[in-house]
Amino acid sequence: MDALVLTPAIAEVFLALAAIGLVLVAAFGGDPDKTASLMRRLSIGVLVITGLLTNAYGAAPDLAFGHMFITSPFTVYMKLLVLIGAIVVVIVSKPHLRADGIHKPEFYLLILLSVLGMMVVISANDLMVLYMGVELQSLPLYVVAAMQRDQLRSSEAGLKYFLLGALSSGLLLYGASLIYGFAGATGYAEIASVLVNGASAGVVIGVVFLIAGLAFKISAAPFHMWTPDVYEGSPTIVTAFFAIVPKIAALTLFMRVTYGMLAPVPESWQQVVVAIAVMSMVIGALGAIMQTDLKRLMAYSSIAHMGYALVGMASADSQGISAVMVYMAIYVLSSIGVFTLILSLQREGVAVHRIADLKGYSRSHPVFAAAMLIFMFSMAGIPPLGGFFGKWFVFSAAVQAGMVGLAVISVLASVVGAFYYLRVVKVMYIDELETPLDEIDTMTTRIVVGAAAGGLALFIFGLGPLRDMIAATLPYIVVVLG
Amino acid sequence: METTWPVLTILTFLPMIGVVFLMLVRGDEEIVIRNARNVALWVSGFTFIMSLFVWWNFDPNISGYQFEDRGEWLARDGISYHMGVDGISMPFVVLTTFLTPLAILASWKSITHRVREYMIAFMVLETLMIGTFCALDLVLFYLFFEAVLIPMFLIIGIWGGKQRVYASFKFFLYTLAGSVLMLVAMLYMAGEAGTTNIPQLQAYAFDPSVQTWLFLAFFASFAVKVPMWPVHTWLPNAHVEAPTAGSMILAGILLKMGGYGFLRFSLPIFPDASLYFAPMIFALSVVAVIYTSLVALAQSDMKKMIAYSSVAHMGFVTVGIFTMTEQGIAGAMFQMISHGLVSAALFFAVGVVYDRLHTREIDAYGGVADSMPRYAVFFMLMMLASVGLPGTSGFIGEFLVLVGAWQASSLLAFLTATGLVLGATYMLWLYRRVVFGRAEKKEVIEMPPLERREILIFMPLSVLVLWYGIFPGSLLDLMQPAITGILEQVEPVALAMGAQ
Repeated sequence: MDALVLTPAIAEVFLALAAIGLVLVAAFGGDPDKTASLMRRLSIGVLVITGLLTNAYGAAPDLAFGHMFITSPFTVYMKLLVLIGAIVVVIVSKPHLRADGIHKPEFYLLILLSVLGMMVVISANDLMVLYMGVELQSLPLYVVAAMQRDQLRSSEAGLKYFLLGALSSGLLLYGASLIYGFAGATGYAEIASVLVNGASAGVVIGVVFLIAGLAFKISAAPFHMWTPDVYEGSPTIVTAFFAIVPKIAALTLFMRVTYGMLAPVPESWQQVVVAIAVMSMVIGALGAIMQTDLKRLMAYSSIAHMGYALVGMASADSQGISAVMVYMAIYVLSSIGVFTLILSLQREGVAVHRIADLKGYSRSHPVFAAAMLIFMFSMAGIPPLGGFFGKWFVFSAAVQAGMVGLAVISVLASVVGAFYYLRVVKVMYIDELETPLDEIDTMTTRIVVGAAAGGLALFIFGLGPLRDMIAATLPYIVVVLG
Repeated sequence: METTWPVLTILTFLPMIGVVFLMLVRGDEEIVIRNARNVALWVSGFTFIMSLFVWWNFDPNISGYQFEDRGEWLARDGISYHMGVDGISMPFVVLTTFLTPLAILASWKSITHRVREYMIAFMVLETLMIGTFCALDLVLFYLFFEAVLIPMFLIIGIWGGKQRVYASFKFFLYTLAGSVLMLVAMLYMAGEAGTTNIPQLQAYAFDPSVQTWLFLAFFASFAVKVPMWPVHTWLPNAHVEAPTAGSMILAGILLKMGGYGFLRFSLPIFPDASLYFAPMIFALSVVAVIYTSLVALAQSDMKKMIAYSSVAHMGFVTVGIFTMTEQGIAGAMFQMISHGLVSAALFFAVGVVYDRLHTREIDAYGGVADSMPRYAVFFMLMMLASVGLPGTSGFIGEFLVLVGAWQASSLLAFLTATGLVLGATYMLWLYRRVVFGRAEKKEVIEMPPLERREILIFMPLSVLVLWYGIFPGSLLDLMQPAITGILEQVEPVALAMGAQ
């Protein structure tokens, strides 16, 4: 056993070293604002290189660090989604960080460390690495949530996120220790080989705790309570990051654990996933109806979206997982678009994010309103926009796994969900203009929003290649390799 | 007929070229408005000419699909891009391209704000409607069918009347709720048959017990679209609030998507379930015919009355389809085309007087014939066609449906026929109250007569209503082979059931 093969983890190693290097830049940079700008450019560079490295190594499954770490086409796909999300957030962040008074070098550093944690989480092939990755991902996020130290809301959000996040980490760790105790191993592959003979009650309880912890991280109901408050309280750019990036990592971890480690005993987790999926879809749809704040609305919307993704997972076959992969790609695209747009909403220089602030938006900003229209109809799952295809594949996986009842509940929840997306469209297009919002003059916003909207509108053309790409990763999804 | 040109694809996406032009229009507000109107009219007119070309080359002696157009799309999932028309869809395609320019012309003066966006919505809507009728792949069909909601939601919501928000939400959510159940059924079918190709699915024999559920799921979607009692309640709201052109398209084409769906999917793919559920459909249709006719009698709003009459007329259509006889289905098809022309004209007739007096209350009018004699003539023709007077297209459809219904059951034919009597009652009464009598109100006396533009809209509609009333064969021959094709799918099942 060669413990020091680093090639599969080359991207992570690079990111870790780069992050350490950037600590020095931040420490000795002098003027915080200038250093922050420099850090932003460097971070983008680091993330891009990390992406290239990730993409370069990983055509076939490979192990590192004594089988505790795995790279495969599946992990590469998910890591690239994470990196794309992170890169876009960093690119659009600067003016918003300045406006919130938190344009500091450490922001970028924390983002990089958190991304590192996510990549580790995705590649974890051992319960210990899993926990380490989860903590590395979460701790920087607690800090960025509370970054506006002088603002009560932000501090509250950070504290809430930390307390509940710590609780969920505890649950996760407890579940992991139970599994270790009853299976006698921490490696996914060893556990899977033990579980071939069936899961003992102890393992099942452990699995339930583990899933509860993971559900916290992806903010699936009934572990979603923190989401609306944290989304609302955090600086909007941080909310954007929360909504897009950690979700992908945690969901991937969820899939790696269930489809990999627990593959021999799907009955131990399938029903739990179904229950969580149904609750998330229903609570996400119903909870959003009464919201008046766009960020809170997006929080409930993301809860519902996680529910739909879990519907695909509940099928417990490779069709389901490829459906989730399509779903997450679309989720990233539409979330990037929506949040970049929300970030750009200002009235007389002050950032606003109530739904009512969008009144008459189609008059004052026709192009952006059209983009928002596309995002909303896409998230509601109306064809021919991207969101529809995500739902199509997810529901298709459920139906083909014989879960017609689950599919029916999902589609009905999506009708309820359509109501609140329509409400945003109504406010923009039907309600009369009051005080118009400021003109949007940053090129970045235009490009990102335009690209996201265009991507969703023309998704029908990209779907074929995306499906082919995902199909190429399919043989490696359930690989745990020992 | 084999052509090397992807004619249907060009026809379907031609209006999107109009959208591109509309987006590019620049200049002062007035210039933009004028250009937007012209672009939309020209593009939709050109689309109409193109569809006539397709119709001209359409061979009415073939029962299969023509002008087929295939492309790779998602081969991995058995989904392909596949377009084609047969005798069932061809008339609807032409009806769509025919009504769209008229609808644009109808909104020439009544739409004055956000004209560019309005025309874009209409062009997108036209593409989606043509696509719905041409699609020969389940997924493709669903894309077009469902996407129609987006422009229609905006048309009702932005350019509608006072209660437009409520009406547009109700329209959207009602229709969506029906359609998503169909979506689940489609997913099941795709998994079971391994393809989403409609001709292949029509040849695939689903297990009768499964068919029951699949049929009900499709029924949920199409029944809302048609609409059938008791899920028709979105229609009066949507019609009353929609702008005139929106109502014309809604009644003229969108409602037909439901009937088209029954003919394209329910009957050929689920023949067992269709036979099993036919009595239920008859019951619902008869209730629709009688109940909504009575409701129509009680309306004081012209548009609402015509909206309810649409529900009643579509009741005839569903009766005709599920009699599963040649006459019944041909009658249903004929009734749909005829209703497409007549209801569009009637909604426009309401729009004409609404533009002048800004009210739809029947009591506000009376004696319109004095100030608008030509209008009275056109309105009378359409009213009589709606009632089903021999010599108009309305008669042929209703008569054939009744012939088909008689073969199914004499009671059914009797109950359906009461709809004719009630229909005559409310339409004649409406006409009398609006058009006849002495014009006493000052505003009514001062109403200007029909403009040339309005005559230009009424004229082709009237000519076609009379043409099809006198020469129904020109349309019936076209549909004949396709109808025989559907019946060939149903008959063996019916015989087997009868033998048991």
